[in-house]
Amino acid sequence: MKQLIATRLFQLVAVVLIVGSISFALMYFLPGDPALRIAAGRYGPDMMDNAISDMVRAELGLDQPVLFRFLAWMGDLIRFDLGHSLVSGAPVLHEIALQLGYTLWLAALAFVLALVIGPLVGAIAGLFPGSIFDRVSLLVAVALRAVPPFVLAIVFMMVFGVTLRWFPTAGFGGWSNMVLPSLTLALGLAAMSSRVMRDAMSEVAASPYFAHGRYKGLSDRTVVMRHGIRNASLPVVTYLGLQMVYLVEGVVVVESIFAFPGIGHALVHAIIARDVPMVQGTALAMGGLFVLLNIIVDLMCLRLDPRLGRRAA
Amino acid sequence: MNTASLTHLPVELRDGAKPAFWQPVRIVGAVILLALLAFAFVGPLVIGADPLFQDYLAVLVAPGDPAHWLGTDHFGRSMAARLVHGAQLSFVMAFVTALSAAVPGIALGILAASRGGWVERGLVALSDIVLALPGLLLVLLLMAFAPGKFGPLYLGLALYLWVEFFRVARIETARVLALPCCEATRLLGFGPFYVFGRIVLPALAGPMMTLFAFAMGSAIIAVSTLSAIHVGLRPPTPELGAMIVELMPYYSEAPLQVLMPAGVIFLLVLSLQLLAGRKS
Repeated sequence: MKQLIATRLFQLVAVVLIVGSISFALMYFLPGDPALRIAAGRYGPDMMDNAISDMVRAELGLDQPVLFRFLAWMGDLIRFDLGHSLVSGAPVLHEIALQLGYTLWLAALAFVLALVIGPLVGAIAGLFPGSIFDRVSLLVAVALRAVPPFVLAIVFMMVFGVTLRWFPTAGFGGWSNMVLPSLTLALGLAAMSSRVMRDAMSEVAASPYFAHGRYKGLSDRTVVMRHGIRNASLPVVTYLGLQMVYLVEGVVVVESIFAFPGIGHALVHAIIARDVPMVQGTALAMGGLFVLLNIIVDLMCLRLDPRLGRRAA
Repeated sequence: MNTASLTHLPVELRDGAKPAFWQPVRIVGAVILLALLAFAFVGPLVIGADPLFQDYLAVLVAPGDPAHWLGTDHFGRSMAARLVHGAQLSFVMAFVTALSAAVPGIALGILAASRGGWVERGLVALSDIVLALPGLLLVLLLMAFAPGKFGPLYLGLALYLWVEFFRVARIETARVLALPCCEATRLLGFGPFYVFGRIVLPALAGPMMTLFAFAMGSAIIAVSTLSAIHVGLRPPTPELGAMIVELMPYYSEAPLQVLMPAGVIFLLVLSLQLLAGRKS
């Protein structure tokens, strides 16, 4: 348990360090004088002269040595002072707070859908290894794994959005906008986890305790639900930890393709506009989401297999 | 066979029954990959059309036309030429990136396992720091320095992909170095270079080839994804991901033109994943 907390704390610190220092470097190497740029943003390009930009430079400490400015930058970051967007002028924290809700819903929906589809398909395939269902699900999983999320997103958009007109393809106006993006992410996740579940399930189904459950007269349903699913889930949940990379990357990509008003979409826009404070804020939020998802997976592992917690404690 | 020649055998041969490398899945992957390589590298010589040449009298021609056998896109550019050059670009970029991730990754992995101590702890901590963020986020952050440029894209991908090579190389090297045959070879008076050349490197070859194929697949996905969200390589570069997104508005008139680049990406990644076999 202590080990888990230390790992995730280390990860969080690493996220803040990487995002903070890359953003600082971005600000530092961006062409032009930052004091002039900030002065123009504050007082308008017409009102600006050298005296005002010098004032801004002194006020923000832009004439200080690089190391000092870096420490000040990281200090602001730790105090959650993320600055203002260079494009809209709004506080970054405010913009992120708006978008984070959408992203969290999308990620949560995709996560839950993947947890339903993947293990379910895998469990059925694992209970009947070698069956037609097993083989078809293998083919689908192999194919889905080789399709990048953005291609899957575009195919869904074309089939369900343009041709069948079942779901909207862009923006956010209601729950129907969540269907295609979350399904895209969930299918990619489920393709991989279904095979892990299938292998785990066929192993459990061949185990002595599974046979014993049958011999002592438990119904098929009880044996599968009580002894099969729970024991087979552990490798799947552990594997989910590895898949969180896919989920977070997928959120960025799928949000951009579907013009979904979340953090990933904002991150891509901020990069194109070179809006450094927004890049930093959104990247921090996505990194934080990644750490959070990893913690959820850790907790799920602990819940499924209490031995993990006891061994360490 | 005398005892001297036994130590010359690679480890996996001496350890006995390991499954053959050329399983059916791998052969299928290799065949698809070879076909794509022929398409990408012989294709330009056969087709000869310029992937950037625009012909406004032949816009969105459907595939099967005698003059344009794979049709044309919305600017009347030959789809065949663009697909061939796009496949070549993806493949070359993926290969270069994977190579520049593999060489330092494997070298540092061997270094960490053989030196141990603070060198190993430092390198492992460094790799953990890189893994704290999902790879695509790291590449995106670096892309902010120069959107649309090849440099940060290549650097970011290599910076992320080396970690996997490092981790596996470190664990595998440590495992092999602890084997009795290494001990025996050292006691016989052979130097460290001999041990590495004859025992460690042959043992690393298999897992590293697998990782290399996976890394190439990841690089192809990343490059096309970044172009598709307008952060990667810029039009008019014939890049497969950019082609899909550029042609998307014309889907109802020319659905095949959207699907063809998607199909090439799919086959490239699929063949590499099949060739790699199962990860684990």
